[in-house]
Amino acid sequence: MLKINRERFEELFTLLDKQGRLYLPVAKDGKTDYAAWSAGSAVDLAATVTAKSPKGLFFPQIENLMEFTRTGNKLALEARPLPVEKTIAFGVRACDLASFKLLDKVFLKEPVDEYYAARRANCTLIGLACSEPEETCFCHAFGIDLAEGEADVRTYQVGDELFWEAATPKGEELTAAVSGLLTEEASGAAKVAKAKTAVREVFQKMPLAGLKLSAEKCKAPNEIFADKAWEELSKTCIGCGTCTYVCPTCHCYDVRDHDGGERVERYRCWDSCLFSDFTNMSGGNPRTGRLERFRQRYMHKLIYFPDNNEGDFACVGCGRCLQKCPVSLNIVKVARALGVTENV
Amino acid sequence: MCDCQSKRDALVPQIAVITKIRQDTDDVRTFRVEKPTGGRCFDYLPGQCAIISVPGLGEAIFSITSSPTNKEALEFSIKRCGRLTDYLHGVEAGQQIAIRGPYGNSFPVEGELKNKNLLFIAGGIGLAPLHSVINYALDNRDGYGSLDVVYGARSTQDFVSYEELSQIWPDKPNVRVHLTIDRAEEGWEGHVGFVPKFVQDLAFSTDKTVLVCGPPIMIKLTLAALAAMGFGKEQIYTTLEMKMKCGIGKCGRCNIGSKYVCKDGPVFRCDELDELPDEY
Ligand code: SF4
Ligand code: SF4
Ligand code: FES
Repeated sequence: MLKINRERFEELFTLLDKQGRLYLPVAKDGKTDYAAWSAGSAVDLAATVTAKSPKGLFFPQIENLMEFTRTGNKLALEARPLPVEKTIAFGVRACDLASFKLLDKVFLKEPVDEYYAARRANCTLIGLACSEPEETCFCHAFGIDLAEGEADVRTYQVGDELFWEAATPKGEELTAAVSGLLTEEASGAAKVAKAKTAVREVFQKMPLAGLKLSAEKCKAPNEIFADKAWEELSKTCIGCGTCTYVCPTCHCYDVRDHDGGERVERYRCWDSCLFSDFTNMSGGNPRTGRLERFRQRYMHKLIYFPDNNEGDFACVGCGRCLQKCPVSLNIVKVARALGVTENV
Repeated sequence: MCDCQSKRDALVPQIAVITKIRQDTDDVRTFRVEKPTGGRCFDYLPGQCAIISVPGLGEAIFSITSSPTNKEALEFSIKRCGRLTDYLHGVEAGQQIAIRGPYGNSFPVEGELKNKNLLFIAGGIGLAPLHSVINYALDNRDGYGSLDVVYGARSTQDFVSYEELSQIWPDKPNVRVHLTIDRAEEGWEGHVGFVPKFVQDLAFSTDKTVLVCGPPIMIKLTLAALAAMGFGKEQIYTTLEMKMKCGIGKCGRCNIGSKYVCKDGPVFRCDELDELPDEY
């Protein structure tokens, strides 16, 4: 198996960045998030879960879509060209890799979101197997293997060595481009296999290891919708939207205009079903309160999305909402209270 | 790599021009919209919607009022009820806007409605989506049985498309128009009273397929009246209104239950509505 030693990472990143703009987890101000690499970046491959998900690589938090120009009663319109820049995402964990497949179900479905599709097509994904899962991790509940993410290149950290394996034609192309830095190690496969077994065993002992979600075994959607538990569950939610912001699979967006006089810029930005004006119309708001909005987020993840997507939940068990909600609400709590779990 | 240059995202509208404006009532105007070079912006089916952009004010979704049999232009009857519609009510013919669509499903004019006797029930601006179906049925007259239109407005000044209602449609064979206003007025010899009650008074036979559009309260009471008259839920179609942004089932805004009103609706058969959580 191919490998590279830690002391040559900077060289690797330099070379990768020449193949396409390189994004990877970087520590800054006490937290780690995906950022464009530059020489000397505080690359952090130890953080298992970044604060925000990497969905912004394909679905930026804010992006301009088009510009209008007004002249008298005439209008001209120029759509933003689709992104052409080649990118590489390095260090992506199995849960986040799986989240892209879920976002694909939304954005690549006809009519295709061309901006998302272009970014997705232009990116080569380098996965990184987990070695230290966090207490909030439960990716296994969605059939995700923390030791084996679905990427173009799969990498495994064992001590100071990073093992490297191309998994797709795109991955092979990239591997060829950086092959000068990679060396072959005969015992690599055995080391990686051992590391995989070890981390899977560690994961078995984690707090959420026993959690299983089941869409079939739970009550009918309208019963869950009407469940009394929502009241208690949603009571402390302050509607801050943090959970939707950090979540890799939340994809609601708003389209807004910035009026600069003669020119108007139309942009898209992340939005949240937990905000009170999300569904507000001139004729009233069908989701008037906190309970209704809180319920919408979780009904969507646990019931509606699976219903439209061959049973797939809109969650990958990354645990970000468990870590970040200021009042300790999260999808595990909700699923347990509603009996969407097989083993409460 | 993507074939980026030739593709255009679905959120990017086309430029269009308002070529004619008709003042229907105090707060409703009907706009005729065409391509800047003339001609209709896109093909569609009765009941489908379009998203109109006014740069700086954003976008809003409207049902298309004209019938697809009108090949020259799109028409929209629009009620003044917010910033974007305020703006539209202030413009003159010649103003350019942007438009994208068509969005959503349609009334099944070539499916379940075919060869049926149709009963249209509308309140206020709710005539807009039904208007498209009525003219479609009139332009394909052999495909449908009798047409009854029940339409209620606050006053005689509030009828949208009054010319068609009073002079054009009633003259067609096997078409009846039943108008009602909320409160009696001098000079009005027609019916006075609310739509749901009027529908019951008219005692329609249950051999009809019904299309109902209007304010939520009117829809609720009308559905109750129809049930009392013996109409089955699978005989009745209506439209839902939800806040929308993308129109293509992605932004999440119009999601109710497992449905997206922008793509799975706006038209629902009433037995399908029962399966949705009561969030509309
Ligand atoms: S719902 Fe929570 S655990 Fe699931 S993917 Fe979103 S942030 Fe992660
Ligand atoms: S992070 Fe917690 S408090 Fe904030 S909106 Fe989500 S559930 Fe509510
Ligand atoms: S309007 Fe965006 S999903 Fe329907």
